[in-house]
Amino acid sequence: MTTTTIVLPPGRLNLPRWNEIWHAREVAVRMAQRDIIIRYRQTILGVGWVILQPLMSAGVFTLVFGRVAGFQNGVPIPFFLFSLAGTLVWTVFSGTLGRAASAMVANQSLVSKVYFPRLLVPLSTIASVLLDFVVGLVLAIAMLFVWRINPGWPVLLVPVWTLLAAMFGLGIGVAASALMVKYRDVGYVLPWVTQVLLYASPVAYPLSRVPESIRWLFDINPATWFLEAFRWSLTGMEAPAAWQMVGLAVGGPLVLLLGILWFQRYEREFADVI
Amino acid sequence: MPASPSPAIRVSGLGKTYRIGTDGDTASTAAEAFVRWVRNPTQRHWTTFDALDDVSFEVPQGEAVGIVGRNGAGKSTLLKILTRVTAPSRGRIELRGRVGSLLEVGTGFHPELTGRENIYLNGALLGMTRNEINRRYDEIVDFSGVEKFLETPVKRYSSGMYVRLAFAIAAHLETEILLIDEVLAVGDAEFQRRSLGKMRDAARSGRTVLYVSHLLHTVRDLCTSAVLLEHGHLTYAGGVDATLEAYQHSFATFAERQADPANRPGVGLVRFADVSVAHENLRSGDDVVVDYSIGTDDDLPGEYYVSAHITDEGGATIVQCDSRLVGYWLNPKKPHDGRLAIRNLWLKPGRYSVDMFVCTSTGVQDMWEAAGRFDVRPELPYSHSVSGDGMNRGAVFADFDYSELP
Repeated sequence: MTTTTIVLPPGRLNLPRWNEIWHAREVAVRMAQRDIIIRYRQTILGVGWVILQPLMSAGVFTLVFGRVAGFQNGVPIPFFLFSLAGTLVWTVFSGTLGRAASAMVANQSLVSKVYFPRLLVPLSTIASVLLDFVVGLVLAIAMLFVWRINPGWPVLLVPVWTLLAAMFGLGIGVAASALMVKYRDVGYVLPWVTQVLLYASPVAYPLSRVPESIRWLFDINPATWFLEAFRWSLTGMEAPAAWQMVGLAVGGPLVLLLGILWFQRYEREFADVI
Repeated sequence: MPASPSPAIRVSGLGKTYRIGTDGDTASTAAEAFVRWVRNPTQRHWTTFDALDDVSFEVPQGEAVGIVGRNGAGKSTLLKILTRVTAPSRGRIELRGRVGSLLEVGTGFHPELTGRENIYLNGALLGMTRNEINRRYDEIVDFSGVEKFLETPVKRYSSGMYVRLAFAIAAHLETEILLIDEVLAVGDAEFQRRSLGKMRDAARSGRTVLYVSHLLHTVRDLCTSAVLLEHGHLTYAGGVDATLEAYQHSFATFAERQADPANRPGVGLVRFADVSVAHENLRSGDDVVVDYSIGTDDDLPGEYYVSAHITDEGGATIVQCDSRLVGYWLNPKKPHDGRLAIRNLWLKPGRYSVDMFVCTSTGVQDMWEAAGRFDVRPELPYSHSVSGDGMNRGAVFADFDYSELP
């Protein structure tokens, strides 16, 4: 039952060996576990941070965008819940993107010393992001009960939008992590781009307050799609256009697949350049 | 090695070429790469270096094969390719069965994780499934001897405990092929003995073992055959003794080549003109005396220093005599004839070589490996003699005595 492995020089297109990745899944499990454990070891609040972080950002958004800028008038639900929902799904996207992108460089000592399917490194980062998300989601659902908001059946689609947002983030992140192995610039550019995108997407303000003349800019932004779809499902706000939902369902897996193909293309030279 | 119907490892035409930047380092930012390309779009900014070229060999199942060769001969590159850490540039490898490696023990250990958590993480990274780790868990803990500290973060471990735990995990890999780099040099004597035993077990239990080492006596001890790598080429394959002899021989031709300054590495503004060992046949404890002469260079700013390494037959450096330690700096404007005397050095019997260096604070000017050679006669510097186990351990003898306190 011994299997024969054949090692050849890298070709131009290096398709992932799915069965090998599946066989080595324990690596992803343990790395995800490590990330989660060490994040809160030797902290006083520990897991409390998972709850505090989304509450704090939603609170600040409510103050600044809701009160100061006065956007709360265009929102049919409490602004705090509105911005919390936006923050949650946005963090799934930006969290997977950021963590996956820096994963290869952060684990460079592993990459130059042992072999395992490298793809597992950026992929494993999704676990801690989703864990944070689930805790935040429980908070948001509790608020639905407090404010007696019934989103109806679309609430069942919440996991779908979440996964699609994660696929966008992961796809870009996986590709960026391969690029960062060679060019560390990516590590400086990405957080800045993500920050700009945060303000350019309707995370903390309603789409209804965007002037008609530049509305098209928001309509072509996939972040708008999953933000609107997620809020519709979770809080019962207005549904986004059908083409945007289709765009999400097609775009998410596509971006992830392209990211993985890009990653695999450079995977085998990582140890030489990292 | 005879070709068998289904060898565990079959390597054919293997080559690995690295690109080396010619203008300093390779570009590490996109902007830098772009600027270079704009300045000079046609010129290539790198040269190539063949770490391995046209290496072919087969390892039959159950064989323990040693890989020997000087530093930079390509041994580590070969192991890295066999473990698939890095990809070959040319050629083909067939590996029958899973490959485990003891290249870098403790890879992936996270200081904040406990011993138990690190066993699972490291085990997974080395290619064990969860069931395998669970099954071998008690054995690993037993072997490492850290059972009391399994719930302690490894950052609180002593370095000895850390290494023992790391080695214990790697040693319990159940792969058909095991690749070993010199990890024997870790831990205390007792642990080394157990590690060596573990490797011997691996070789005897029918697993295929590839062992890379400088330490010729462990190769002799562990392996059934060996291959010799020189400058990225496989130059000899055969029985252990014949290969080690070829290695010794390659050493002699290497020393001959090094006598010509053009073949030596270093910046080369100042180089040794001559190096000679005053007495090439000594007793342990005799002074080692090396005479040297160095040329001049008017362009070299400041002063420079020299250094000498005494290296044993296996390639391990026994002593380093850096002239900075004794405040000896040399003026490049004048030629120098000098003498290095090493006193009270109780070398063990065997053959030693002397590597000589000329260095400035900015880099190595001349590196003359095997500039000299001498033998230490098998006469013990002690009043009595014992059998092997009384003097096998340790790199040198020591001037010691025992006495009873009144």
